[in-house]
Amino acid sequence: MTQLILEQALNGLQFGLMLFLLAAGLTLVFGIMDMVNLSHGSLYMGGAYFGAAAAQASGSFLVGVVVAMLGMAAVGVILEVLLLRRLYLRDHLAQVLATFALILIANDAVRMIWGPQPLLLNPPAALAGPVELFGFIYPAYRLLIIGVGLAVAVFLYLLISHTRAGMWVRAGAANREMAETLGVNVRQLFTIIFALGAALAAAAGVLLGPLLAVQVGMGENILILAFVVIVIGGIGSIRGALLGSLLVGIVDTLGRALLPTLLRATTAPEVAAHLGPALASIMIYLLMAGMLFWRPQGLFPARA
Amino acid sequence: MKEVRPATRIEVALLVAAAVLPLILQALGEDYHIGFATRLLIFALAATGLNFIVGYGGMVAFGHAAFFGIGAYAVALMMTAGIFSAWITWPVAVAAAALAALLIGAVSLRTRGVYFIMITLAFAQMIYYSVISLEFAGGDDGLSLEQRSTLAPLDLANDATLYWVTLALLSICLIALKRLAASRYGRALTGVRQNETRMAALGYPVQHIKLVCFVVGSAVAGLAGALLANQNGMASPSQLYWTQSGMLLVMVILGGVGQRFGGMLGAIALLGLEEVLGRVTEHSHFYVGLALLAVVLFAPRGLAGLWTRQK
Amino acid sequence: MNTLLGIAGLKRHFGGLWATNGVDLEVAAGEIHALIGPNGAGKTTLIHLISGALLPDAGTLQFAGTDITRRSTHDRVALGITRSYQITQVFPHLSLLENVRLAVQSRRRDWGSSLRFWRPASADVRMIEEAEERLVRVGLAAAVSQLACDVSHGEQRALELAMALATRPRLLLLDEPMAGMGPEESEHMTRLIASLKNEQTVLLVEHDMDIVFRLADRVSVLVSGRIIASGTPSFVREHPAVRSAYLGDEL
Repeated sequence: MTQLILEQALNGLQFGLMLFLLAAGLTLVFGIMDMVNLSHGSLYMGGAYFGAAAAQASGSFLVGVVVAMLGMAAVGVILEVLLLRRLYLRDHLAQVLATFALILIANDAVRMIWGPQPLLLNPPAALAGPVELFGFIYPAYRLLIIGVGLAVAVFLYLLISHTRAGMWVRAGAANREMAETLGVNVRQLFTIIFALGAALAAAAGVLLGPLLAVQVGMGENILILAFVVIVIGGIGSIRGALLGSLLVGIVDTLGRALLPTLLRATTAPEVAAHLGPALASIMIYLLMAGMLFWRPQGLFPARA
Repeated sequence: MKEVRPATRIEVALLVAAAVLPLILQALGEDYHIGFATRLLIFALAATGLNFIVGYGGMVAFGHAAFFGIGAYAVALMMTAGIFSAWITWPVAVAAAALAALLIGAVSLRTRGVYFIMITLAFAQMIYYSVISLEFAGGDDGLSLEQRSTLAPLDLANDATLYWVTLALLSICLIALKRLAASRYGRALTGVRQNETRMAALGYPVQHIKLVCFVVGSAVAGLAGALLANQNGMASPSQLYWTQSGMLLVMVILGGVGQRFGGMLGAIALLGLEEVLGRVTEHSHFYVGLALLAVVLFAPRGLAGLWTRQK
Repeated sequence: MNTLLGIAGLKRHFGGLWATNGVDLEVAAGEIHALIGPNGAGKTTLIHLISGALLPDAGTLQFAGTDITRRSTHDRVALGITRSYQITQVFPHLSLLENVRLAVQSRRRDWGSSLRFWRPASADVRMIEEAEERLVRVGLAAAVSQLACDVSHGEQRALELAMALATRPRLLLLDEPMAGMGPEESEHMTRLIASLKNEQTVLLVEHDMDIVFRLADRVSVLVSGRIIASGTPSFVREHPAVRSAYLGDEL
């Protein structure tokens, strides 16, 4: 039992950190540009495909990661300059329509290039096996993801809180007009933020590739989870995105693993069989709805 | 006698044309298309319900699929319990959607703006995941209908009859929408959309007015869901998924937010384009997406806005 | 004196600041009662407390014999307290006529609920007629079919007054109705408010002393969250505490 809980907690941490990579860009775009971007999941999918293709071609997982991040950053810049910057001042409906259109385009574009079959992405051979950690067994690759996720979190924290660009970002999230009067080149800043968000989403896509399937539609599911994360954390807040990600990752993973067992111990078996999975899968949405109801600005409101 | 306005004359002409469509298709031996036309009308109905919430009520609801799906599952579940009559199951489907909307709306309407978008999305996802984890609801596979609902004295097993019933319901809904918009309630709703603070200061029960709008629009989706279950022969989880909510919202925006025929136009344009492109390419969504982007950039008021010129 | 609104010991603080610090105030039925005071004295806070937008930390509010201290805005409007805002609050994309008609329609005691879904609102001819009359009375007869966003600021303020009056309030709260107006518009509004004298109870917040002394039957002076004097314009004008605390020695 302890082995199970510990393993699931680590899985939750790992999933949460990947959600963070996705949510970081989304929350900045949402918070600073006031933009509902439904196509963020497509950047994640694009990253997974770029990465899988590059890894297959080069035989190196690392090359896959680098290509995925650079490639999607470039796609992000093109998207931002050609389309999204025209939408910042439009209402949310126009943003929903345009970015939903991007999902349709991205899904079919991937099908055109790589076909309808899922791609195979193997973890680096050196990390394929398990390792022993304080007396219990855990897959080495998942441990690597945890490490990378933590490193990115620290990097983003330093970037946002200790650099000039980070100060601009924080100023932009708190008050956009104010940032503009401070002489921040907002246009350029937005492009950079979007590209950074795209690269992080791509990293999440390629890192999760070996664990989940690299397939069309993979972005849709996780996009909503990323929205849950940023709403819980507070729209526009990186700190909130990190905490929200870990909360969602752990609650979701542990809930799925433990709730059915817990219910079986406390209620009739047929009730538990029906209720367990249902309850486990809606828990994070309950969390989000509750948060919106009682504290709509989230854990860390970016706007004063 | 009242004068018949030209706009009304066009509407009547369109209705007649829509009514004789199945006869023409049958004469041409293209019966398959009757089913497709029915699908268009069903989505037009669901999108019209959503347009009432988004365009008339000013609430960007991102969970319309939940009510659409609830209508479908209500019909399918009652059929597994041996109840086939549409006279019973369709009103129950509408009532179930309305009840769900009442509960969800009462909570969600405490929030506004993007938070309303997100909380309606959250509730719709809860319903999606609940349904797919329920065994008696068919889980991931959904529920197949043994047969279509019975609607004595009509025979819904006949494709054309189902089409006509759908057309009649859509027409009633559009006429009701016209009346509703001009009624005291409709005027008050317009006031709420334009300036909620002012309406509250005038003593209007703003939350009630919005909740009624949310429930009515969602109930219409429930009816559309009941029809779709009959047309598809099943209630499927994909009908409840958030991308379906997105599709319905896209239809409304495409057609024209707050325009009476906006939902209908958007549904017909989107599904029609998908169907036509589907004939020539495997990747119809790619081109549909491009067309939608063109609409966002060049026709910000939607298709209805292209020929209803307003200030 | 027949008291319509009675306020006793009203307090409200924000953080460490007591914006309202023990206000006692009586507004008599039928009078135009002006509330004056320097910036930051807590005038708008007091209006919020009376309209129900804020709830007090201590003290009571009596309206026509009913304790309304904890009542919602909605209840207070139903009891007959209507307010206007410092910032114009109209329905921008509706005609002036529809703006006022909505205000008329809000009177449930006359027409019943607004949750009526089938009969066209245009069939209620009396509502439209009343709305027209009210627009005529505030000098907007020529603009009834224009959209509210297309008329001038002064006309929007007059529209707001017509809307507030259309709810047939027993007490009308006017929060700086002349804010942002030019001299001519301001004069027009002053005459409109003057025309309400003896038929409408008004609590008026206003900066311009000339206007206050022209319109008001009684004046109360709010300084640092307290009423320091209350009485006829001449009484207040001569009150030593008012002169030193607020008016300075200019008058």
